[in-house]
Amino acid sequence: MNASETASLARTALYDEHVALGARMVPFGGFAMPVQYGGILAEHDAVRTRAGLFDLSHMAQYELRGAGVPDWADALTVNEVGTMKPLQARYNIFTNDAGGSHDDVLFYRLPDRWLLVVNAANAAKMWPYLQAAAAGRSDLSLQSHHGSRALIAVQGPRAVELVAPLCDVDVAAMKYYFCAEGRVGGAPAVIARTGYTGEDGFELFVEGIDAAPLWRLLLERGGPLGAAPAGLGARDVLRLEAGMPLYGHELEEDISPLAGGQAWAVKFRKPEFVGKAALVAQRDADTFDRIAGVVLAGRVPARGGYGVFLDGERVGEVRSATLAPSVDNRNVATVLVRKRAAALGTPLGIEVRGALQEATVVALPFYRRPNSRKDG
Amino acid sequence: MANPENLLYSKDHEWAKIEGDTATVGITDYAQNSLGDIVYVELPRVGQTIAPHASIGVVESVKAVSELFSPVGGEVVEINPLLEKDPAAVNRDAFGEGWMYRVKVSGDPAPDLLSAADYEKLVTTA
Repeated sequence: MNASETASLARTALYDEHVALGARMVPFGGFAMPVQYGGILAEHDAVRTRAGLFDLSHMAQYELRGAGVPDWADALTVNEVGTMKPLQARYNIFTNDAGGSHDDVLFYRLPDRWLLVVNAANAAKMWPYLQAAAAGRSDLSLQSHHGSRALIAVQGPRAVELVAPLCDVDVAAMKYYFCAEGRVGGAPAVIARTGYTGEDGFELFVEGIDAAPLWRLLLERGGPLGAAPAGLGARDVLRLEAGMPLYGHELEEDISPLAGGQAWAVKFRKPEFVGKAALVAQRDADTFDRIAGVVLAGRVPARGGYGVFLDGERVGEVRSATLAPSVDNRNVATVLVRKRAAALGTPLGIEVRGALQEATVVALPFYRRPNSRKDG
Repeated sequence: MANPENLLYSKDHEWAKIEGDTATVGITDYAQNSLGDIVYVELPRVGQTIAPHASIGVVESVKAVSELFSPVGGEVVEINPLLEKDPAAVNRDAFGEGWMYRVKVSGDPAPDLLSAADYEKLVTTA
């Protein structure tokens, strides 16, 4: 990035740390973010076999307070907020009236408030949307900490070994998709056993001013464990291998949670929520285009936007793709295709520079870590 | 990594080593470093006639597809067989085992190729 490209971008509290580590910085969600340090594949390996540290401070952190929060949130989203246990974290999707995905998010239920984390790229639409939805309600309030609070994720099989000794709460005993308030490296934090890599690990929400000392402490303590800083490039490979959707790819305003492979998160038993009627109709007709996972036969990588063919007919397009070191080093992709092209085992062709490359529909996720627990 | 003195360079970040009427071609260390981890290289076919600066293949990294432009014109006489199985060789050794193809050069080598010193200036001001 040159100076004029960086000038308009926001910086996270860890910007100087990334530059000092030699990161390549790119614009993402309005922030200058590290896409890689040493190399995407080496960082991927650190996360799968040891631990990786990610700066996710570009993601928007909102706090919701008040007795009205659960019902209010349940009316805007597909998953259940009201049934969350104290200190539980849960994936959710805000929907539009047509049943499309407005954003995919995480809710964290804290003792006196809720933490809501939305995609950086969607913050510009989500913050006004949430404010409008809360207008006139005396039983809840919203506060944005976007840009002022930091988020450091520590992900990988050695994450517990690295993080637990730095915390004043027993995070080793913390269940997957639960959280706690405490201190990490002396800094007040929300410590959550969540992540976006398919590995065990933690997400540490701290004040911006505490971020750099914590980052350095994690690097120092993590060094002997083989931990390494990891950028957004590695994060995208990791999440795709783990079958996790990325907004703008597997979910969009015109890609519903059902189409995006997130039917598990849609709780039709809820009496009412934005887009429910449209989603019920989609579910019952079951004719919608949908996300499927494919493994390519050859070495030629697919890319987002490439055409997908079945029996000579175009049936959709690639939405995400990567070389997948944890999937036998094969090329994998998600595709958004007609229903008939999404059945497991279907042989598809992906058009790469005018030639069709063989691919086969497989079950998602592509990768599941050994001894993985179910998520909440 | 220093750009070897005995090579010629294109503004598209390819190098050519000219020995008699044969040119060995690859991408520069600067190029491989900019691309990041290389996962696939698509080279011209042996026997194919290529024009200087024509797009004759692609290099794909984890994140991006980039075109390959030939710094020289002529007939492709050999491709590096290593790169099909091990494209990361370009990352490890762009000027050595990561070479891409050899061309029997026809006509004069492109007059706009740069010396190592001039290429160094190009990439340090980029």
